[in-house]
Amino acid sequence: MTQEHVVVIYPHPDDESFGAAGTIASYREKGVPVTYLCGTLGEMGRNMGNPVFANRETLSSYRKEELVKACQALDIDVRMLGYRDKTLEFEQVEQVAGHLQSILEEINPTLVITHYPGYAVHPDHDALGEAVIEAVRNIEDSRRPELWAQAIATNYEKELGEPDIRHDIKPYWDKKMAAIETHLSQASGMMSLIKEKPDFNENEELEHLRYERFYRWNYNN
Amino acid sequence: MEVIVKEKVQQIIDQFAGKDVYVHLETTNGAYASHFDENAYNVGAFIRNAKVKYEHGKIVGSGNAYRVGLKLDLGWLYAEGVTDYELDDQNRLLMAGHDREGRLMVALEISETPFSHESVGQS
Repeated sequence: MTQEHVVVIYPHPDDESFGAAGTIASYREKGVPVTYLCGTLGEMGRNMGNPVFANRETLSSYRKEELVKACQALDIDVRMLGYRDKTLEFEQVEQVAGHLQSILEEINPTLVITHYPGYAVHPDHDALGEAVIEAVRNIEDSRRPELWAQAIATNYEKELGEPDIRHDIKPYWDKKMAAIETHLSQASGMMSLIKEKPDFNENEELEHLRYERFYRWNYNN
Repeated sequence: MEVIVKEKVQQIIDQFAGKDVYVHLETTNGAYASHFDENAYNVGAFIRNAKVKYEHGKIVGSGNAYRVGLKLDLGWLYAEGVTDYELDDQNRLLMAGHDREGRLMVALEISETPFSHESVGQS
């Protein structure tokens, strides 16, 4: 049987923590290796820490360090793909897909997690998700991993139906919070929102963080 | 970065006048503006490493937000809402405007050497 390996592909340092930390933790608990392919360093982010400690030129160094810490906290490998924040949608899709395909064929994962193109709000999310789907499509049938796509847009359930996978990651909540907190330059807003209203029933944002939802990509049609 | 002291920033702007300089100019309200508020618009623009030469430049305004204008050979370069500045260790003038939560809304940076344009080496 193929050795299980999960590859998570998102464009920004912190997407992995907000979007999939619980799912990642559940795989790590089972001893399954997880690799994060991080598209950019989020160097065009708006958040500079609160109070501000970064600037446009130093932000990438901070975020790179935060990414490494988050991946340590989640006990996963990380590879930085070297694209530039906000520009992914202007790269040639085939080129990005080819780049991703070569890495995936090297790692040979059983599961790939990415964003659902068109329903992932941030243009970088949509663009990288599209390239990932293309990359996985181009892997030969016998080696093609399963692909889960994550939607974020407010309307997504109406249009796409109920997600195939809905993980209640409450057992891994502390782990997820610890991962989010490593992203010091980005997460202060979210952390204060959580500390103000720590009750799951009263805080819609917490619901989003608690249930990690994915659609299983169907390559047959 | 520190809160702008107009006279200090003016002095630095003067030092770059008449030289070939690289600028980073940016404004943004974030990629999630219309996600969190459906009535909001996502608006932003940036240019990185535009090479320009200005005959003179000024920082104008009072209190806590300033405007910076650079008079170019064939036009103007303008930023509004700048609140903080720094002359970094590479002698680059970094200026930015932040909102109450510390998020960047506008940035104007001037340097005699190009700003980095790559993230990290591709794996």
